[in-house]
Amino acid sequence: MQQKHYIFAGVIILAILAGLYAYPNFFNLGVDFLNSKLSWTLPNFPEKPYSLGLDLEGGVTLTYQADLTDIPDKSSAMSGLRDVIERRVNLFGVSEPVVQIQGENRLTVELPGVTDVEQAIQMIGETPYLEFDEQRTEEETTQITDKIKEVQEVQNNGGDVTKVENWTLALENPYFKATELTGKYLTKATVVFDNTTYKPQIQLQFNDEGAKIFADVTKRNIDKPLAIYLDGYSIIDTNGDEKIDNSDLYAPIVQAEITGGKAVITGDMSTQKANSIATRLNSGALPVKIGSPISQETVGPTLGSVSLQKSLWAGILGIVAIIVFMVLIYRFPGLLASFALLIYVAIALALFKLFSITLTLAGIGGFILSIGMAVDANILIFARMKEEIKSGKGLDQAIDEGFTRAWPSIRDSNLNSLIVCGILFFVASSFVKGFAFTLALGILISLFSAIFITRVFLQIFMGKWIEKAKWLI
Amino acid sequence: MNINFTKYSSVYYIISGILIIASVIALATFGLRFGIEFAGGSKMQVEFQQDRPTNEAIQEALKSFELGDVVVQPTGSNGAILQFKEVDEATHQKILAELSKNYPASEKSFQYIEASVGQELRNKTELAIFLSLAAITIYIALAFRKVSRPVSSWKYGITSLIALFHDIIIPLGVFSVLGKLYNVEITIPIITALLTILGFSVHDTIVIFDRIRENILRRGMGQFEETVNWSLTQTLGRSISTVFTVEIVMLFLFFLGGETLKYFALALIIGITSGAYSSIFIAGPLLVTWYKWANRKAVLTAGK
Repeated sequence: MQQKHYIFAGVIILAILAGLYAYPNFFNLGVDFLNSKLSWTLPNFPEKPYSLGLDLEGGVTLTYQADLTDIPDKSSAMSGLRDVIERRVNLFGVSEPVVQIQGENRLTVELPGVTDVEQAIQMIGETPYLEFDEQRTEEETTQITDKIKEVQEVQNNGGDVTKVENWTLALENPYFKATELTGKYLTKATVVFDNTTYKPQIQLQFNDEGAKIFADVTKRNIDKPLAIYLDGYSIIDTNGDEKIDNSDLYAPIVQAEITGGKAVITGDMSTQKANSIATRLNSGALPVKIGSPISQETVGPTLGSVSLQKSLWAGILGIVAIIVFMVLIYRFPGLLASFALLIYVAIALALFKLFSITLTLAGIGGFILSIGMAVDANILIFARMKEEIKSGKGLDQAIDEGFTRAWPSIRDSNLNSLIVCGILFFVASSFVKGFAFTLALGILISLFSAIFITRVFLQIFMGKWIEKAKWLI
Repeated sequence: MNINFTKYSSVYYIISGILIIASVIALATFGLRFGIEFAGGSKMQVEFQQDRPTNEAIQEALKSFELGDVVVQPTGSNGAILQFKEVDEATHQKILAELSKNYPASEKSFQYIEASVGQELRNKTELAIFLSLAAITIYIALAFRKVSRPVSSWKYGITSLIALFHDIIIPLGVFSVLGKLYNVEITIPIITALLTILGFSVHDTIVIFDRIRENILRRGMGQFEETVNWSLTQTLGRSISTVFTVEIVMLFLFFLGGETLKYFALALIIGITSGAYSSIFIAGPLLVTWYKWANRKAVLTAGK
């Protein structure tokens, strides 16, 4: 055995493994059949599904833009936002949601299989906002209550409220004002039970920064109430009328400075209520505000699978047509190149699976294009080889010359395509990224297939016999 | 066999000239219809359970929403794609309900993009096109830097850039006409296709220039015109084969690929055909014309 035989064996094994990995269905059916007929226990080839983009699988993609003004550490705010939204979508019960940060202040949320978009948007966009408010000074309170009276009088007389000086002051809460402590600093909320009364309580844990602020706030508010609001309303139902509205106010009196970043919310509540509040707090402490989505893309499940079917058919028929063409024009070498092309397809599909590369319509478009381009290197080499044979060179030498002489063209042209792919990948949108990535991967594998696989095939199969059957070349 | 490609150079230039001028005129008069990913707006694909109502009937049904210009494009046997201004999710649901009330329909897809996002994408795309063109020119100039005689290497770069311009402007012209006639839009897939054409057209040109480079090194610098013709003849088979294989798959994609990939494939088909033409009939002959022109100038200057 010569070296080329080892390489050939290696290529064949690689091709079979890649093919089985890319499409194990038939093999496994065969194995199951044998196992049941002959009571063997052959193992199945591992099956792993392709990961399909939402345009093929159906689902909704939402893009949000976060309002990062006044936020110093933008990237940590964004990752906080991502975590919170991730938790919310998980609560929504979607299989494999993807939440990703795009650029500086964008967030995309991909929800496969979701059809009720309105509910999803509501759930994500809901911004429970936790805040701790301290009591205003009496002076401030009278100022605001006076303003409210003034505005009301104007309103009652049918006047224009906005003409009143500082009218927005009337919209403020006259008794409490916000402190620096917000839900941003909350690490988690848990339900605990009082040691003596066994009543449920909600324990809040702040992070280090939050703990410091909490200590500050409590220190300056000793013997004063500290109101806790969730979404601008009292966090629990304090007057027991089964609903939370403006008449409720949860404002425990601060007994002493609290260090260590732990606060406990007590009150008359059922364990169920306490749990739901804790869940809301955990899922709800949005660090930054997001509005409604700035872009949305919903693809119904049927449209996705139809698109997938259609493009797969286009790909399969394209491959068949290329093989017919190659065999007609380049005959025996064309046949070998066709096998190389099939191996190329198997390797590419196996890699898509192996690295869980998400296949989108764009990606499939790029891949199909790369199939068309993959034969180009082969065509260049064969054309060269034919020329060399015509000029009277021996077969082995002609094969070698064909490869060496065609190489500069193959290198230059493919490098150029790769450069364009690289630019596309880094500059443009996700559709373009998917396309550029699969095209680039396709080009790289096609180089390998043309230079390596086709060459070994030619060396093995183009023996002395072909000299007697010149029409095959 | 040596085909004398350069003999009819002026004919090729005239054909290309007419196509380019026609494209420029089409672009100037019709402009391009940009899809919502660039312009912002909403796009809704529906499938009617019964026969598709007329475009006017659909527009009439949605009149109360004041959606501005509602563009209706029929798809498949009884589907339609509606495009209108940006709406929020609640309005979207109301529109769907209103439409279904009149003509029972199910929604296949919905897309909504804010205008500011579109503008951003436009800027990014412009950057991508500019960078690609720059990178390709630099690459060619570098790759051919050793072949500075009898035609200097930057002329290869400029010539391939002219061929590139040719291959981009013609598909754009076609899409401008299609946009006018059939509301076909410039969408992200089409931009992607155009950028791929850039790569592909250069691909073709490089193979031919490579052959010229090799033949100059082999046969010496004399008889530049013959060398170019000889190189074009040698690479002709390969050019046709390559274009053919890519066109086959793209034709299948055009006819079978569904809405998103249809015009992507069409753009590639037009661009690649134009690219093959420009590589053989424009890039090579242009090098010769330029060479002759420079020579004549040199002779004239020497004669003075």
